[in-house]
Amino acid sequence: MGNVDIELLNKITDVNDGKFEGAYNIRKNGKGIERKITENINIVTKKDVSGIDIYVKENTKMEFVHIPVIITESGLTDVVYNDFYIGKNANVVIIAGCGIHNNHHEDSRHDGIHRFFLEEGAKVKYIEKHYGEGSGNGKKILNPVTEVTLEDDATLEMETIQIKGVDSTIRTTKAALGSNTNFVVKEKIMTAQKQIAKTIFEVELNGENASTHVTSRSVATEESMQEFKSNVIGNSKCFGHVECDAIIKDKGRVIAIPEIIANDVNANLIHEAAIGKIAGEQITKLMTLGLNEKEAEEAIIKGFLR
Amino acid sequence: MLELKNICFKRDNKEILNNINLTIDSDKFVVITGPNGSGKSTLAKIIMGIEKPDKGQVILKGQDITNLDINERAKLGMGFAFQQPVKFKGITVYDILKLAAEKDLNRREACDILSKVGLCAKEYIDREVNSSLSGGELKRIEIASVAVRGSQFAIFDEPEAGIDLWSFQSLIKIFEDMRKIIKGTTLIISHQERILNIADDVILMKNGKIENKGKKEEVLKEVFESNTCSKLKE
Repeated sequence: MGNVDIELLNKITDVNDGKFEGAYNIRKNGKGIERKITENINIVTKKDVSGIDIYVKENTKMEFVHIPVIITESGLTDVVYNDFYIGKNANVVIIAGCGIHNNHHEDSRHDGIHRFFLEEGAKVKYIEKHYGEGSGNGKKILNPVTEVTLEDDATLEMETIQIKGVDSTIRTTKAALGSNTNFVVKEKIMTAQKQIAKTIFEVELNGENASTHVTSRSVATEESMQEFKSNVIGNSKCFGHVECDAIIKDKGRVIAIPEIIANDVNANLIHEAAIGKIAGEQITKLMTLGLNEKEAEEAIIKGFLR
Repeated sequence: MLELKNICFKRDNKEILNNINLTIDSDKFVVITGPNGSGKSTLAKIIMGIEKPDKGQVILKGQDITNLDINERAKLGMGFAFQQPVKFKGITVYDILKLAAEKDLNRREACDILSKVGLCAKEYIDREVNSSLSGGELKRIEIASVAVRGSQFAIFDEPEAGIDLWSFQSLIKIFEDMRKIIKGTTLIISHQERILNIADDVILMKNGKIENKGKKEEVLKEVFESNTCSKLKE
C-alpha cells in the first residue's frame, strides 16, 4: 500500500497505518488486497458476485472486523456485496467505510451493499465512514445500502458518517426487527459546494417490544442539498423514534420527509424534525468566551456533528 | 476600571438608555437594580458589546472599547453570564468550560469549577448543554463558564431569573461565595435583596437613567422608603 492508501485508510477507520486489530479485509480499486481471519471470524470471497461473506461464530465475545474500501482509480465503478452472518449471542464491532481519492476528470463510484443477519441475542456495533478527496473534476460518488435483519433479542447500533468531499450519495438503510430487538442509527452528514446527499430509512418493527431510535444530524453548506426520508412501520407493540436535525448555511437546502405508520394499536411512534441556521445567540455566547464569529460557528458545527 | 460616558440607546422611538454616565472601580462587587424595563439588561449588553450604543463611549482601563467586538472584549478580560443561558446540541459542559478557559483545562480543573457552582461534577461534565438540563442547572453552568475564565470584569444578567425557589436558595449561596470564585470586578443585575446585601455598591436605574449610586445602605434605604422597586420587598 502506498501513502495515499494509508492516508485514506486512516481517514475512514481511525486506525493508524492500516494496523488493524482482529479480522479484516481491505479492498482497493475493486479487488481484495489484504485479509486476516481469526478463530471466531471467517471471511470468504463470494463466488457469484463481487464481495465477501463474513461469518461470526456464536458466543464470540467482543471482537473487531474491519472491512475498509479505498478507491484511487478515476473512472472506476465498484459494486460490492458484503453479507454478515452473526451467530447467537455474539458481540462484535464492525468498521466499514469507503475513501475515494480522485485527482482526475472521470467519476469514481462505490456502491457497497451490506446485509446483516443477526441471530438471537447477537449484538453488533457497525461504524461506517465515507470520505472523498482529490483535485480533479471527476465526481466522488458513494451509494451505500444497508439491510438489517434482527432475530429476537438482537441489537444493532449503526453509526454512519460522511465526513467530507462526497459529491453525490444515496444512502439506503432497511431493517426488519423481531421481538425484543433494538436498532439504533446515528447518522452525521456534512455537505458543501454542490454536493447532494439523500438518505432513506425504512424500518419495520415486527416483533413485540421491537424498538428503533434513528438520529440524523446534518449540515448543508454553500449550494449543497440534502434529503432525509424515513419510514418507520409499527406492526406490533413497539417503539420508534426518529429525530432529524439539520443546520443550513449559505444556500444549503435540506428536505425532511417523515413517515410513520402504526399498524398496531400498541405501536408508539415519534418523528421529530428541525431545520434552521445556527442560532445567533449561540454565536454570541461563544464570542463572550473569546471566539470570533468564524471560530464560534466551527465549534457549534463540530459539536453538532460529534 | 470601567467608565461609561454619555451612553444613549433608542429603539422603536423609545429611549431605553438616556445619557448614562457611570464609573465602576476595580475589584468591586456592584449590583444594578431597578424596575423591569429600566434599561439594566441593555446597559449590561452594551458594556459587553452585544448591543452597540447610538451615542457615547465605553472605556475599560483607560481604553476606548466602544467599537470592539464581543470576543475582543472577552480577550481583554470581560465575561458575561446570560439571563437565559444558551443551549447547544452536541456541545458538552466540559467543551464549554474548555472553550471558556482558553487553555488546556484538564478534567480535574473543570470538575473543581463545577463543584464550586454547586454541581456534582462527575454527573455533569460530559452532559450536553441542551434542554435536558433544568433552568437551575443551566444557570450554574453559565456561571461556571464565566468563573473559569478568571475574568477581570464579569457581568451577570439576572442570575435569579427563571429558576425555581429551591434552586434559587442555593444559587444565592454561590453568589455569596462569589468573591472566592471570581477575582476582579463583578457586576450583577438583580432584583434580589440577598444579592443586594452582598454588594459593595448598588446602582439604581429607572426609566433609562441612573437614579442613584452608592453604598448599599444609602441606596437601599432610599429604595425602600420611596417604594421605587416593589420587587425588592418580595
